[in-house]
Amino acid sequence: MSRLKELFASKKNRVLNVYCTAGFPELTSTIKIMQALEANGANIIELGMPYSDPLADGPVIQASGNIALANGMTIKVLFDQLKDLRKTVIVPVILMGYMNPVLQYGFEKFCVEAAAVGVDGLILPDLPEHEFETEFGAIIKKNGLDFIFLVTPETSEERLRKLDSLSTGFLYAVSSSATTGSDKDFNAVEKYLLRLQEMNLKNPVLVGFGIKDKETFESASKYSNGAIIGTAFIKALENSEDIALSVKQFLSGII
Amino acid sequence: MKTDTYQQPNEQGYYGEFGGAYIPEMLHRNVEELKAKYLEIMYESSFQKEFQYLLKDYVGRPTPLFLAERLSKEFGASIYLKREDLCHTGAHKINNTIGQILLAIRLGKTRIIAETGAGQHGVATATVCALKGMECIVYMGEKDIERQAPNVARMRMLGAKVIPAISGSKTLKDATNEAIRDWINNPNDTHYIIGSVVGPHPYPDMVARFQSVISEEIRWQLKGKTGHELPTHVVACVGGGSNAAGAFYHFLDELSVQLVAVEAAGHGVYSGMSAATTQLGKPGILHGSKSLLMQTEDGQVIEPHSISAGLDYPGVGPLHANLYTSGRGLFLSATDEEALQSALHVSKTEGIIPALETAHAFAVLGRLNLKETDRVVLCLSGRGDKDLATYIKELKLVD
Repeated sequence: MSRLKELFASKKNRVLNVYCTAGFPELTSTIKIMQALEANGANIIELGMPYSDPLADGPVIQASGNIALANGMTIKVLFDQLKDLRKTVIVPVILMGYMNPVLQYGFEKFCVEAAAVGVDGLILPDLPEHEFETEFGAIIKKNGLDFIFLVTPETSEERLRKLDSLSTGFLYAVSSSATTGSDKDFNAVEKYLLRLQEMNLKNPVLVGFGIKDKETFESASKYSNGAIIGTAFIKALENSEDIALSVKQFLSGII
Repeated sequence: MKTDTYQQPNEQGYYGEFGGAYIPEMLHRNVEELKAKYLEIMYESSFQKEFQYLLKDYVGRPTPLFLAERLSKEFGASIYLKREDLCHTGAHKINNTIGQILLAIRLGKTRIIAETGAGQHGVATATVCALKGMECIVYMGEKDIERQAPNVARMRMLGAKVIPAISGSKTLKDATNEAIRDWINNPNDTHYIIGSVVGPHPYPDMVARFQSVISEEIRWQLKGKTGHELPTHVVACVGGGSNAAGAFYHFLDELSVQLVAVEAAGHGVYSGMSAATTQLGKPGILHGSKSLLMQTEDGQVIEPHSISAGLDYPGVGPLHANLYTSGRGLFLSATDEEALQSALHVSKTEGIIPALETAHAFAVLGRLNLKETDRVVLCLSGRGDKDLATYIKELKLVD
């Protein structure tokens, strides 16, 4: 059973997935942050692979990616850093990134090496479902990785069912049609999440985008299996002098 | 090439191996709506009637096909200039913005966004928004705003709001990222007018169709002048590739016509300061489509360089990437210096000051081994007024 499946088998609500950018704020922060996240209650870690042109991310995450790139982060460096990941980190780890760097690295090689270091799944927001079905999905599956599609309030029911059937691990519900870090009215979000809940989807649903504190986390968790926090956490790391302490303080304000 | 045409992509938006729609789910509904409706709307008779009327009475089409006699003599062939520089706003860009604003209205959109590099597409978008009373927001790299002050002023005068793109390298590619983000955040009322044959399917095909009026006119104009519908060569500059796509369009499947695309080599193709995408790029994904892309070994996008802001783009439209890899198109390049000297030469020889982008196309005429009987059409995509500051500085025109 995959780590994500195991997690959702035992924990059905208030699952907390925290996003951090690999190589930010320092090149060598990655593992330290992941260990601190696990120690302080994160259930899933979503590790962002920095890209020069991250379309689906807002300015805060893009800025963290630029710093990570300037620090020298690459996919190769990242896999090297993750070599001993599973000696200290138990929670599921997902890599999030954009297609271009992965294609340059070699899609199959990327999947093989990700699986080898103990990565559990992938989020590639600009991998379209057609290309997933005809080309890349089989490679992902062959390497035992989960693949998580995004859905939005504008995704039709028919398409939702399709993306649910293609996803494994969980579904990433964008709380509004918004790049990460945007503020939106949470009542409209609740309606949308209720609709998702009533659809009885195959996958658990985690809510991303716009989750920044205890209130938004609780509210998102009410109608879903949990939530993803990104921008707010990156902000908390921006001026951190003690990473372990910053992570602890941040998470104690959420759960 | 699997399909039997170079003109249109397949159902998924692929020209050979290039194209597609590599977009996040947040854009799916908008792009899907466009894909489902663009052809139907474009070829509906009331749309065509209004489009043709505006091209004629507002843009000033058909633009002349002019036999440049002194250049013809110099290069030993008949050189015809397709005068897109005479379009309203000074370049071919408006052919596309007229088409897209009419489409946006029929899609029920009320707010228009666009990206711009040098400001030509921004001005063309602001112009049609003023014409149709639509709200207009133009994203422009912070660096470009500083470099292109007159175009920023023109857009403001036309009622557009110019928003600086402050992310990444603060130039065209970042302005495009910001425009796409705006679209993600405003999925209901907004249409994104992309300025070139780039972006997710159906944009490359849609923009190529709107620009195809250029080659449609060339065909009948050339027939009237020479008795031949087909030129032997069509020459155009390529950044993203919209004027080239328009000039090539009705000749793409006429294999006797040599299609010549001219990229910006900056300080030299291999100088590290270049925008010659097909020479330096590898297959990659940027702004929603797969094409040739200037990038590092790690797949990070490289900031290109060209003296001409309109060619200063790290990618190229998927239609062109397919012309390059299939061998259908001949891809050449011209340096900043060659472009400057060509601009000066054409000005003195034909009395036409071309845009810096177009000057790149002129720069390769001497390399085509032309014969007396050749009929060469060069797409004179824009006029040089906007580049006067650069010409003054680089050609030392003022004491």
